[in-house]
Amino acid sequence: MDPLGIARWQFGITTVYHFLFVPITIGMALFIAITETAWVRTRNPVYLRAAKFWGKIFLINFAMGVVTGLVQEFQFGMNWSSYSRFVGDVFGAPLAMESLLAFFLESTFIGIWIFGWDKLKPALHAACIWLVAIGTTMSAFFIMAANSFMQHPVGITVNEDRSRAEMNDIWAVLTQPLNMWAYSHVIAGAILSGAAMFAGISSYFLMKKRDVPLFRKSVRLGLYGLLVGSTLTIVTGDLLAKVMTDVQPMKMAAAEALYETSAPASFSIFTIGSLDGSTEVFSIRVPGVLSFMATESFTGEVEGINNVQAAYEEEFGPGDYRPNIPVTYWMFRLMMGAGGAMLLVSIVGLWLTRKGRLPKSKTVWLLAMFSIAGPIVGHSAGWIFTEMGRQPWTVVGLYRTEESVSPSVSGGSVLTSLIVYTVLYGILAIIEVGLVIKYVKIGPPSEAEALAQIRRGPPRRGGTGGEGDAQGTDEHEDRPLTFAY
Amino acid sequence: MFLNNFWFLIIGVLWIGYFVLEGFDFGVGALLRIVGKDEKGRRVLINTIGPVWDGNEVWVVSAGAFTFAAFPEWYASMFSAFYLALLVILVCLIVRGVAFEYRGKGHSDVWRARWDWAILITSWGLALLWGVAFGNIVRGIALDADHEYVGTFLDLLNPFALVTGLCTLALFITHGAVYLALKTTLEIRDRARSTAMSVGVVAAILMALSVGWQHVLRGTALSLTLGVIAVVSLLAGVVLTRQGGRAGQSRDGWAFVATALSIASLALGWFASLYPDVLPSTIDPAYSLNITNAASTPYTLTLMSWIALVFSPVILGYQAWSYWVFRKRISAKQIPESPTKVPMH
Repeated sequence: MDPLGIARWQFGITTVYHFLFVPITIGMALFIAITETAWVRTRNPVYLRAAKFWGKIFLINFAMGVVTGLVQEFQFGMNWSSYSRFVGDVFGAPLAMESLLAFFLESTFIGIWIFGWDKLKPALHAACIWLVAIGTTMSAFFIMAANSFMQHPVGITVNEDRSRAEMNDIWAVLTQPLNMWAYSHVIAGAILSGAAMFAGISSYFLMKKRDVPLFRKSVRLGLYGLLVGSTLTIVTGDLLAKVMTDVQPMKMAAAEALYETSAPASFSIFTIGSLDGSTEVFSIRVPGVLSFMATESFTGEVEGINNVQAAYEEEFGPGDYRPNIPVTYWMFRLMMGAGGAMLLVSIVGLWLTRKGRLPKSKTVWLLAMFSIAGPIVGHSAGWIFTEMGRQPWTVVGLYRTEESVSPSVSGGSVLTSLIVYTVLYGILAIIEVGLVIKYVKIGPPSEAEALAQIRRGPPRRGGTGGEGDAQGTDEHEDRPLTFAY
Repeated sequence: MFLNNFWFLIIGVLWIGYFVLEGFDFGVGALLRIVGKDEKGRRVLINTIGPVWDGNEVWVVSAGAFTFAAFPEWYASMFSAFYLALLVILVCLIVRGVAFEYRGKGHSDVWRARWDWAILITSWGLALLWGVAFGNIVRGIALDADHEYVGTFLDLLNPFALVTGLCTLALFITHGAVYLALKTTLEIRDRARSTAMSVGVVAAILMALSVGWQHVLRGTALSLTLGVIAVVSLLAGVVLTRQGGRAGQSRDGWAFVATALSIASLALGWFASLYPDVLPSTIDPAYSLNITNAASTPYTLTLMSWIALVFSPVILGYQAWSYWVFRKRISAKQIPESPTKVPMH
């Protein structure tokens, strides 16, 4: 059994699965923080009810993001030990920073946020969810820096004696242009994901005409989020594409199935290539657009697959340096299509709900509910594109995927873990989606319930009644917890 | 060399932090159906760790990530060598994390009972497996000249590693029981105290056995001293738990400090006996990974040192604050009724 192929499938499955939850977590944390801040500032209980409701849905997702993230960190050492030896000096640093600066922050403050409604003053409690939101966005920054290093290694020298990459400039690793745009692109996409959850789930309530005042506010917040998120996704995606054309010409050419270097290069909407991916059979093209995407000029030159292949053969010796063209080509289109669809949904949605209006048609709301799928498809396609487009390298130009796999781990072991993860993830997905649907149907707490859940204890003897009062005997020891697992 | 030593110590500290903190939440999980006899009791147990377990677990993520950054060879050899063992550990961590978060979100006794068993089994498994893992690290594994593992999964289940695993299992259960004595009231606290006293003695015996065996395998004066401190602290924890009840005056806090010190000394003893190796080879000492040949460059180690020095105080500060916010004991009377049907608003 070939451990390489199985390990690659495992990385693909576990990463795409992990990233179903990550952008939703990042995006929802932001929108819940906004909602809770609205509660703190206006004291309008509708915002508290909304924060409570969205918090439940958020936490169901958050748990999955956390536990599937463990696999991500462990599998570099488990499945890709040779890769880990080669890149550890540089790749480990952002991972370590991520755990120290981001994971501690989010996991500690999420605990306080969940259980602290009746223990902290409202403003301090809202600050906790902001810290969670900041933690999640910082986490993405470091992991994107690590990923960008694999796409375009900078800030290192290769030590031939130790056969490893050695870091000499962390600043370059963290702030290289590819990372700045890839990171912005991911955060924009995460805003999109969180916004789609808000807009999509709110649509369900508006279709059922339940809690309309609350969900009108949430659907508008979600639709504005979709507008901002999709616009930023498109802008950052465009800027990322230009950097990528520069540093990863093969990936950009593969994204377009552009075989021969062209100036101007047309953008293909639809292409059928020969099965080995070396030639084009049929295509529909828009002139000059690819040139613009890649170079900011409608007549700019874009390198083709065959030309880059020839250049790589010269540089790295004989071999096939082409990624899987059909996969990269179609994933690129799927990703862009999802982003465009979200922009459309946000514009139509904001128009239909303008000035207090709400569409009566159930079909409109039903369609809006499906917008939740948009960012999920977009993120998955985007990651498959960017990781498959990097092949045959793990670190472009320096280290190949086939060299990266653990030599001491048998195909049987990798297959075992692949099966275990897949089955476990499948079961958890069913439970997770079931819980989300259940809590959506339960709906937000009533005003009385929500207010009861944040009631802090009466002032204690000698204390000031806040969270910082002195220890001592508590007259209300047996007062029921307003919230308990 | 200073940096290599420093980072060896930091990795040790991260594992100590992990075992001291998650050690008690493993213990609480393991005692879920034993100390928490009924639904309310179990909920008291879960709520004592509910706000903090996730923060505790980040310590292992950090230990892994910093090992990757500071000692990539160690990370690569260890994680690929312990492949199937780590798979079991990961499955336990995944199921356990989800179980804590999802248990209370269901509306039937069957749902809750299933997650209870999930918490219980994974907590037992993890408390045992981490000890087995460190038993193997201390004892050494079959690393070849390229630092690749050439042994099998069954080789990891050697007697020394298993004894060390049983030692951590009993130790974490004791630590968890002592934590529960500190965080609960009345009958639950009484059950926790008696569990701490009985399991604590078993843990001390297993620990003495493991520490003695470790000394024969590759002990130093320092590792032996730390091992003795670990056993003595554990017994002190048992005695303090016992006194707390008799005098009618709580010594639960001190008992917890004692079991925490026991865990810290035991783990530090592992690192003391390893030093200067990080992963010894049982084939040939020349194939061992040590703090020099496993380490990153001075540039990376220096960078990570600054990051750790600047941010650790902040993290320790807010993690301590989270324990302060939830410092009060929880009683069964405070737990609301568990729902049996889905509410509809």
